Amino acid sequence: MWGILRQKVGGATCLSPQGVGSHMLRLRPVTSALRNYSSAAKEMTVRDALNSALDEEMAADPNVFVMGEEVGEYQGAYKITKGLLDKYGPERVVDTPITEAGFAGIGVGSAYHGLRPVIEFMTFNFSMQAIDHIINSAAKSNYMSAGQINVPIVFRGPNGPAAGVGAQHSQCYAAWYGSVPGLKVLVPYSSEDARGLLKAAIRDPDPVVFLENELLYGESFPVSAEALDSSFCLPIGKAKIEREGKDITITAFSKMVGYALKAAEILKKEGISAEVINLRSIRPLDRATINVSVRKTNRLLTVEEGFPQHGVGAEICASVVEDSFGYLDAPVERIAGADVPTPYAANLERMAFPQIEDIVRAAKRACYRSGTMVATA
Amino acid sequence: MWKHLPLWKLLSTVELSTSITKSKAIFSSALNFDYSKPHYIKFFSSGLYFIILFLFLFFSDPSPNLTFQSLQQPKTTTDAMALARRSSGLLKPLSTASSSSLLQRRPFSTDDTTTITVETSVPFTGHNCDPPSRSVDTTPKELMTFFTDMAFMRRMEIAADSLYKSKLIRGFCHLYDGQEAVSIGMEAAITKKDCIITAYRDHCIFLGRGGTLLESFAELMGRQAGCSRGKGGSMHFYKKDACFFGGHGIVGAQVPLGCGLAFAQKYRKEDHVTFTMYGDGAANQGQLFEALNMAALWDLPAILVCENNHYGMGTAEWRAAKSPAYYKRGDYVPGLKVDGMDAFAVKQACKFAKEHALKNGPIILEMDTYRYHGHSMSDPGSTYRTRDEISGVRQERDPIERIRKLIFAHDLATEKELKDIEKQARKEVDEAIAQAKESPMPDESELFTNVYRKGYGVESFGTDRKELRATLP
Repeated sequence: MWGILRQKVGGATCLSPQGVGSHMLRLRPVTSALRNYSSAAKEMTVRDALNSALDEEMAADPNVFVMGEEVGEYQGAYKITKGLLDKYGPERVVDTPITEAGFAGIGVGSAYHGLRPVIEFMTFNFSMQAIDHIINSAAKSNYMSAGQINVPIVFRGPNGPAAGVGAQHSQCYAAWYGSVPGLKVLVPYSSEDARGLLKAAIRDPDPVVFLENELLYGESFPVSAEALDSSFCLPIGKAKIEREGKDITITAFSKMVGYALKAAEILKKEGISAEVINLRSIRPLDRATINVSVRKTNRLLTVEEGFPQHGVGAEICASVVEDSFGYLDAPVERIAGADVPTPYAANLERMAFPQIEDIVRAAKRACYRSGTMVATA
Repeated sequence: MWKHLPLWKLLSTVELSTSITKSKAIFSSALNFDYSKPHYIKFFSSGLYFIILFLFLFFSDPSPNLTFQSLQQPKTTTDAMALARRSSGLLKPLSTASSSSLLQRRPFSTDDTTTITVETSVPFTGHNCDPPSRSVDTTPKELMTFFTDMAFMRRMEIAADSLYKSKLIRGFCHLYDGQEAVSIGMEAAITKKDCIITAYRDHCIFLGRGGTLLESFAELMGRQAGCSRGKGGSMHFYKKDACFFGGHGIVGAQVPLGCGLAFAQKYRKEDHVTFTMYGDGAANQGQLFEALNMAALWDLPAILVCENNHYGMGTAEWRAAKSPAYYKRGDYVPGLKVDGMDAFAVKQACKFAKEHALKNGPIILEMDTYRYHGHSMSDPGSTYRTRDEISGVRQERDPIERIRKLIFAHDLATEKELKDIEKQARKEVDEAIAQAKESPMPDESELFTNVYRKGYGVESFGTDRKELRATLP
């Protein structure tokens, strides 16, 4: 049953309501397709970015191997590992039975012995079957062994909601994994993020939880020539300012970065200049970048898809209050998923996850622009 | 003839006769023999034996063949005499040898050329495989090493018990005394490139892999000299250079990890295997079967060793498992049931398993063993089993006593020598404890070390982040 559900979701990416908005992003690069080649920015989908990153890292280091359900002969449940089996063989692209606890443990054990596994969870909802191995066997080992046993493993897969997949297949695990010392948690948004961060994750000597987003797989982003180079790596623990602004800082990660950017466009028309930060890394959290930005804009809005209580936004808010309280001109605003298990019905699901208008409304509230109050900015 | 005998040879025969006496006493009265009386009393009380032995020395013509067909306990004095007759064969060539080295009389610590064949206590039971033979080859050196190593392990665990009661060890302390034969037998069959991973009852496995007593005690007491620099504790001993991967607190988690080690060994085309140890309590874990399925599917060189001490914490095996025949639980995976209190049975089984795993993939070894202590130091161990049961096993099946009897049977050492080894063990353990006590607690900066192998200069916090922050290197 899962298989059918997942196939349907994979095929429906382009047609889902959340996906429609992403088409707007494509319009900008299309106009530049009429350009001459010397100033051309190549486009790449997130899926291709991940695939090329895996391919290059497997070619560079024979210790890297991929393991998970349907990664081999099926070419990947979401086609992220397409072509890797043919290129590297079944010893390095390993199809597993549906036994997350077992194969996550086997992955961690092989990392103890010096291999560099990339373990795929079909979605991170299934990682809960294996969470003991991610946390107790992988994250804590270097500490408990006082540095003897490091675990150079990557756990990757789609995280958060897709479209209409229901309560058990829609949870965001960024806050859960982000709270564990010993783990690194990365959340790419664009293709460049996906390539750079995955390569950095595979090269990293510590366990990395790599949270992708299913609805972003099919989205295309421009990639620079530098990003296409096989040695391209992004630094872990550094956020990116996607859009500069001066009135309010909006932090977001994964798909919400796209929403935040669109919200920023809308806000610009209303005279609010929003700075959008793409977190890229939940753990380590780039508190420096966030604080520098808040000290500049004096207002903060955090956006995430996960459950609101004890979420990523809560941590960012507390962090900023501790470090930059004097700079805040307004209370920190949080936009998060609704505090309910995800419903199926389309209208309810729309209410369960942040929409662009939620971000716009919260930003205006932080700028004291909501209701009948006169704008002071 | 008499005047050609140097004095040392006379004395050596005296000592031999007293040892024969003692052996006889041991055989006939189990472990109740009183070792506290000094030798000279025994000498006078065994005068008759002394005289008879002298006669045998000079007039007997013993066979040089020292192999035993079975380790039957001699029940009568004639049997003891038979033993004396056979063992005096050791002396016969020596008495005519020209060498005067006293050490020749006691070659036990260096002789690994003489082969001794030992029979295991019970035959092996196989599941989907042909069990190996009961006869195990060994050498005097190996026998003595077994005794010494097990004596050290036993002493370490007993000392840990006292340290825990005096609150120098905190938290959890799971003791291995009674189960030493599993560690010892396994080490005898494998190399340090074969991996071992186990659960939390790991102190003796660590020692078997080459860990020192100091590292052990210091880690238990949370000091810098510990194998994990005091940051792991009793359940997290590691020795990566000897391929010992811990030390795991989550019951059953070590089984997929061990299959992962085997995966890596196969990936790298190494000729080594992984021994993944777990208990009867963990044998019902789902992830074990998940990992076993994959190990069998991919022919991983993984050997699953179930140390069945019959109690999962306080739950007897028959209350936890519908089928406590753990060696059969692998279904299509072959299994072997082994007497885990017999170090030679363990050695033979591990050797067999290693050969099997390198060719055919996973195999399960069920070691029938027993722990004298409770599950941990907070468990008296007597609420779910009777004291009679515990003392019965100690009398009938104790692994160290088995080796002791073997040593006497093959006349490799005297009673006194074995006692000296035990005294030496006690002494070294006490020294290690004293040294460990002097080792300081970890420096406060160690709170923040080793969180990552590569920290990128990230900030980490203490309980009060305005008070204590650190940069992870």
